[in-house]
Amino acid sequence: MIKLDAKIPEGPLAEKWSLYKKNVHLVNPANKTKIDIILVGTGLSGSAAASSLAELGYNVKAFCFQDAPRRAHSVAAQGGINAAKNYRNDSDSVFRLFYDIIKGGDFRAREANVYRAAEVSNQTIDQLVAAGTPFAREYSGYLDNRSFGGVQVSRTFYAKGQTGQQCLLGAYSGLIRQIAKGKVTMYSRRDMLDLVIIDGKARGIITRNLVTGEIERHSAHAVILATGGYGTIYYLSTLALGSNPSAAWAAHKKGALFANPSFVQIHPTSIPQMNDYQAKLTLMSESLRNDGRIWVPKAKGDKRAPNSIPEEERDYYLERRYPAFGNLVPRDVASRAAKERCDAGYGVGDTGLSVYLDFSKSIEKQGKKAIENKYGNLFEMYNKITGINPYNEPMRIYPAGHYTMGGLWVDYNLMTTIPGLFAIGESNFSDHGANRLGAGSLMQCAGEGYFVIPVTISSFLSDEIKTPKIPTSHPEFEKAEKESKDKLHKLLSINGKQTVTAFHRRLGKIMWDHCGMVRNEEGLKKAIELIAKLKEEFWKDVKVPGALNELNQELEKAVRVADFFELARLMCQDAINRKESCGAHFREESQTPEGEAQRIDSEYSYVAAWEYCGEDKEHNLHKEALKFENIELKERSYK
Amino acid sequence: MNIKLEIWRQKDAKSKGGFVTYPLDGVSEGMSFLEMMDFLNTTLIKKGDEPVAFEHDCREGICGSCSLYINGRAHGPAHETTTCELRMTKFRNGDRIVVEPWRSKAFPLIKDLIVDRSSFEKIMQAGGFISVNTGAAPEANSIPIPKNHADEAFDSAVCVGCGACVATCKNSSAMLFVSAKISQLALLPQGQVEAKTRVQNMVTKMDDLGFGNCTNTGACEAECPKGIKIANIARMNREFICAKMGAQKMSL
Repeated sequence: MIKLDAKIPEGPLAEKWSLYKKNVHLVNPANKTKIDIILVGTGLSGSAAASSLAELGYNVKAFCFQDAPRRAHSVAAQGGINAAKNYRNDSDSVFRLFYDIIKGGDFRAREANVYRAAEVSNQTIDQLVAAGTPFAREYSGYLDNRSFGGVQVSRTFYAKGQTGQQCLLGAYSGLIRQIAKGKVTMYSRRDMLDLVIIDGKARGIITRNLVTGEIERHSAHAVILATGGYGTIYYLSTLALGSNPSAAWAAHKKGALFANPSFVQIHPTSIPQMNDYQAKLTLMSESLRNDGRIWVPKAKGDKRAPNSIPEEERDYYLERRYPAFGNLVPRDVASRAAKERCDAGYGVGDTGLSVYLDFSKSIEKQGKKAIENKYGNLFEMYNKITGINPYNEPMRIYPAGHYTMGGLWVDYNLMTTIPGLFAIGESNFSDHGANRLGAGSLMQCAGEGYFVIPVTISSFLSDEIKTPKIPTSHPEFEKAEKESKDKLHKLLSINGKQTVTAFHRRLGKIMWDHCGMVRNEEGLKKAIELIAKLKEEFWKDVKVPGALNELNQELEKAVRVADFFELARLMCQDAINRKESCGAHFREESQTPEGEAQRIDSEYSYVAAWEYCGEDKEHNLHKEALKFENIELKERSYK
Repeated sequence: MNIKLEIWRQKDAKSKGGFVTYPLDGVSEGMSFLEMMDFLNTTLIKKGDEPVAFEHDCREGICGSCSLYINGRAHGPAHETTTCELRMTKFRNGDRIVVEPWRSKAFPLIKDLIVDRSSFEKIMQAGGFISVNTGAAPEANSIPIPKNHADEAFDSAVCVGCGACVATCKNSSAMLFVSAKISQLALLPQGQVEAKTRVQNMVTKMDDLGFGNCTNTGACEAECPKGIKIANIARMNREFICAKMGAQKMSL
């Protein structure tokens, strides 16, 4: 029987982390060198954790599926990273950042974890700057800030529209330094296929070498997953094509509970889909909403070019509906508002599935140069993809699947329900509740990697100092390896008629239609049926060419899509269970008369953590009640 | 539109490779170049052939995974564009399109269009960092950095490590890649302490790995998808000479 214990430390909110650090059991430096840690994923959280743990003396084995750790998808985060530095003297503070995250997440995140994330955010900026991250500066030479959705202060640090790249490269530089020192062994081009549990503790992983196809065993005293999110379940999303939940899903099937799987952020400002061959959607950073105004024509089906629609015939619907926050409402609110206008027939472009993001006013006020300084690369990117120059004509944008707030359930130590298995960054569920605020992802990833996991992992490892090296000859490794190989052989032997991608596309459409921006019980139940049918068809008719023992990109995809079917069903089950609307989870049955999300705190103020009970069986629900001791639950209004 | 692709196929590092011609009908102008390659692969898989292996991930020009030499140019015909950002609007009906992997001794071929760029990682490991342990950083605003230096450092830091500079250089020189990192860190006060050892170690490693020297043709700059400037190489040379001579650091 699983009993959820979040292990939140005693004491007042603002002192919990300090008290925790004061009391946590440590591993002495000599013992650290005898302990191995496996770390899967080398994005911002993984790289930061790998270097920090290696600096402490642990032996780290790091894995990524890319050819180099620098390519992990954190690299694509655009707009910025939040911290409560209060450099603008605009009344920012750790508490205000904490409050904004909790409110932005629609009161569905755990207070203690969020407060800690806000608390370490300032150190994160110090660390990245020291590592050479070239954040934007003012002419004075001091760091610049900008504003992001859902907040009324300027606390976002940025490096043009490439903040993720610069933060990742900063953390990566720490990682490569430890690789050079031999404290981190880097295994790139590896997919994690399974988790190995020995005597109830996570002790290793099974990987596939993506170049040779060899199935490998790796052991350690503890395993950390830093494997990112699963927004690619929609097929078209803003994620890298390789981003996948398979490692987390393998851990889930071995006993790690999966929390709030249906909490998926649909980002409001992506370049709209242009044709049926499209493989991904390109994000246009939320930071653009600082200077861009979103509108549609006031008249239905107005086909005039945007520049020939006069000012008085434009509906700046975000400014109209949410005068306090205007174009800077949080992402879920902006996405639904765009969908509402398009569904009502006011959308623009050939398909009617887009809205305008207009910079003319800002260019007029600040000059083209100022806008170019802030968003130059984003404007270029837009121009390259669409052929339209956004300096002269508004961008067209539409919401797209983006970030997953849901993920592996973790306690305050960031440990999952499997002892010795930790999850950090987007792969856990911990900080963003039902909706993540802009520039919060880099903040969480770097903070957990640099400053949280190196401390909290010792709560587990301090009891492991007498554990000798884990032999990979253990029968559990044997068993896990065999199961992985069987699955791969099965995929290769089906030899059906349809490609893996064709199945992924169809699954994505089901999820987008029924478990996307707006959900209802009927649609979700229908989706579960459709997913089951499609899954059955996949296992009968998928065609995976090539062999196991070679570089085989179709096989890599097939493994991931096979997992997507299972995760998709759980997402729908979670969405059915939560009969309230909160944050990005909008149930049509639960809305205010004005069409805003209607939370039901009396019934759903909990984290839904799901237990795997076997293939094609319903998951078991475990509830972690959320206690708000430091803030008052309110309707989340941005009006 | 209909196109004719000539693609380098090679089973693995040990096998002999060669060009294979694939006529491809029904290509849409709205496709990106890699979506066209996806389309080709779907056609091949359905026919029972092996799809073409090529590297890609973010498909928005930032991860540096994609490569490809297209019609004799790294990342194809568009200026400051990665292969994943390249659109089929750059091609015409009836075009013959030759697709090759990066060619350089320091990037051995793995399969079809995929090469091994781990030599870049080794150069970075030799010194592409500032040795600051987690927790040792001072307050971020305690070191003001002139905006023009920070901006210039950023311009060098946007390198995605794709390897186009090496592939396009007749000497297979990695100097644009290496100098971009050296410049970024040399322009920032945080990078000063280790500047001399960094440049020497990275340059030595680059030479050891079999990359060629720079003869100032400027091809790397012309083909860099991120617009990294050849001035970085001049700065690296200056840093290197100063470090070797033990001279005081010249002004930036």
